[in-house]
Amino acid sequence: MATVTYDSATRIYPGTEKPAVDSLDLEVGDGEFVVLVGPSGSGKSTALRMLAGLEDVDGGSIHIGERDVTNIPPKDRDIAMVFQNYALYPHMSVADNMGFALKIAGVKKDEIARRVQDAAKLLELENFLARKPKALSGGQRQRVAMGRAIVREPQVFLMDEPLSNLDAKLRVSTRTQIASLQRRLGITTVYVTHDQIEAMTMGDRVCVLNDGMLQQVDTPLSLYDKPANVFVAGFIGSPAMNIATFKVSDGKANLGNAHLPLARATVDAVTAEGSDQVVLGFRPESLEPAPQEAGGAIPVIVDVVEELGSDAYLYGEAVGPAATDPDAALANRTIIARVEPRHEPQKGEKVYLRIKQGGEHCFSVKTGERLPS
Amino acid sequence: MELRILAAPAEQQALLDLPWDMPLEEWPEWYLVALPRGISRHVVRFTRLNGRVYALKEVVESFAVREYQLLRDLERLGVPAVEAVGIVRGRQEPGGAPLESVLVTRHLQFSLPYRALFARMMRRDTVERLIDALVALLVRLHLLGFFWGDCSLSNTLFRRDAGAFAAYLVDAETGELHRSLSDGQRRHDIENARVNIAGELMDLQAGGRMDDTIDPTAMPDLVVDRYESLWQELTGWEAFDVNDRWRIARRVERLNELGFDVAELDIVTDIGGRTVRVQPKVVDPGHHSRRLIRLTGIDAQENQARRLLNDLDAYAARTEQQGEDEEIVAYHWVTDAYEPVLRAIPRDLRAKLTGPEIYHEVLEHRWYLSEQAGREVGIVEAARAYVDNVLRHKPDEDAVLEGPPTQPDLPVVVADELGAT
Repeated sequence: MATVTYDSATRIYPGTEKPAVDSLDLEVGDGEFVVLVGPSGSGKSTALRMLAGLEDVDGGSIHIGERDVTNIPPKDRDIAMVFQNYALYPHMSVADNMGFALKIAGVKKDEIARRVQDAAKLLELENFLARKPKALSGGQRQRVAMGRAIVREPQVFLMDEPLSNLDAKLRVSTRTQIASLQRRLGITTVYVTHDQIEAMTMGDRVCVLNDGMLQQVDTPLSLYDKPANVFVAGFIGSPAMNIATFKVSDGKANLGNAHLPLARATVDAVTAEGSDQVVLGFRPESLEPAPQEAGGAIPVIVDVVEELGSDAYLYGEAVGPAATDPDAALANRTIIARVEPRHEPQKGEKVYLRIKQGGEHCFSVKTGERLPS
Repeated sequence: MELRILAAPAEQQALLDLPWDMPLEEWPEWYLVALPRGISRHVVRFTRLNGRVYALKEVVESFAVREYQLLRDLERLGVPAVEAVGIVRGRQEPGGAPLESVLVTRHLQFSLPYRALFARMMRRDTVERLIDALVALLVRLHLLGFFWGDCSLSNTLFRRDAGAFAAYLVDAETGELHRSLSDGQRRHDIENARVNIAGELMDLQAGGRMDDTIDPTAMPDLVVDRYESLWQELTGWEAFDVNDRWRIARRVERLNELGFDVAELDIVTDIGGRTVRVQPKVVDPGHHSRRLIRLTGIDAQENQARRLLNDLDAYAARTEQQGEDEEIVAYHWVTDAYEPVLRAIPRDLRAKLTGPEIYHEVLEHRWYLSEQAGREVGIVEAARAYVDNVLRHKPDEDAVLEGPPTQPDLPVVVADELGAT
């Protein structure tokens, strides 16, 4: 059983006070593909390296299966870091290129052959095993590199931003390959990226980190539909969610002329914490155009329209009382809304947008945490 | 297109004239120079401008920027590495399609990739010396808090160093600079080195270019052994009885012999005052090179410096100047021994090896001649014999080229390690 458990795992770099990874609790299931995502400095790479044995663990522990690996050297942990290096040796066959590390480890010849054969089948390289690397395309060479890690039959695959040195085209195709490969292999995988789109498309579950702390770990869809706090709300989803502070009164959230009724539970929670404001997030697709007369709409001057064919997005500046209300400022005044493709407003036009009922996410203005609804 | 270069003005102009609007793989031959390239996952080409050779590596921008910065940091720290010259970003093909950035580094003169260090076959003692050089570099990097991430023979260039080799870091792409390294990081680096070197030796064997007696899967264990013992020597605690304090001096001497100066030592006595523990705290490599340059102004690598200093001592003994001020003796040695030897080398053969390396080889040749003749052969006589019998037949090593030994400036077709051109 190759589960991975971080148990209050902490890493504090010597000479610093703030932990790079702060009491991380995370359970990765056997065969699961978990992505650690977050901005630069969030601790995601550090967390991965703690699992790899490249970083000391200053508090808590790390287990692979039943085994406490916290103080075990990297090569004894039965993990494989994928894509670390994939220089292919020109005079050796593809088969030898994949299996050479096993040879060094003293694995028997027929065992090596079996593993290489199995890996080659998975990677669709069976017909190339006897060839030299120069006969392979760029994509095939990458697969040989994956093959090196696969033949080691580790308990866990670790990948630290493996696509970051690829150009955009290769990145997308390799991403798909990795995901489908992992599905077929069923080996527990922990994958680090700063790119939230990559995270969302690849992971069974995604673990969002910020400032060394776990923000939320959930399936991609749950992260999208129910972000646990303002950070996750703003980080997951592209284009980003709109976030604004609204004044609460009469059981409604108010911003300029926009008035949104709030659930009882939400209002109670706001009162309980002693605030009279609430942070509201609403995704671009939760905004709809409204006729000016209908109250509750936010006027927006269109700045840029992105026409993608299947979708169109409007980027604009809020104007009017919504923009100038000192008590309820829009986070950065730009509003992003999804609009019907091929019928978009023009640059400079003034449109009225309102939040669809139920399209809002409510967060505490004090803690940033999601409020009950 | 943005060119960020740290080159001298003449270099800058020459670099600007290169065909940046083409993918590196497609650059026409006449811009390029063939150098044994080592195994790389990126496109790498070499070009010669105004007599200097530059390496060009095509990578995504973030990687180019990062590696450039790291190489600059390493330079500041005095680490033996290739010199970063600049980055070219924002490249585009004439149609507007974006091209990846290029990292430009200056090729180290007189340095060689490992595959060029032997004529036909890699011998056991060469492998051992390469491993020694790589281990010395790795230890040095680790002492500075630099995690290599991909230590291998292909990521290193070697310079001859009086019978040994001095290693220089070429590829900092996977490198990271920390305040200090954890044990896990160091062990990971060594394990990578061990596996990579094994693969490289296996590849040489598969290409028929390695001595059959070498076992490529076992040889690299030397990497681990030698690293551990050097690391222990440089950083380990040693405890001894308080009456054996001479051992402190002996420890420092041992480190000097290994080529390191000790800038700080931790000495701790236990409560009873019976035992003393010693641990070097700050060690600086280059003990001999520094001493040589201080005494003579000659800039040499560590092992070369050690050799020359030995010769200086022998000279002092021979001329009965042992009691004299060492700077004066050094001055006389330079004028009586060192310079005459270099003057004996004809100008057209000077590109073959560096000065200190030539001197070292002349010393070797003199020993050999003296043995043969049964008498002590003079150094200048030895130098002349060396020129005729040895130096003339050596390839130029200021920038090693593949292909026939023609004038260095004649461009040769690019030879990709993987066979594509």
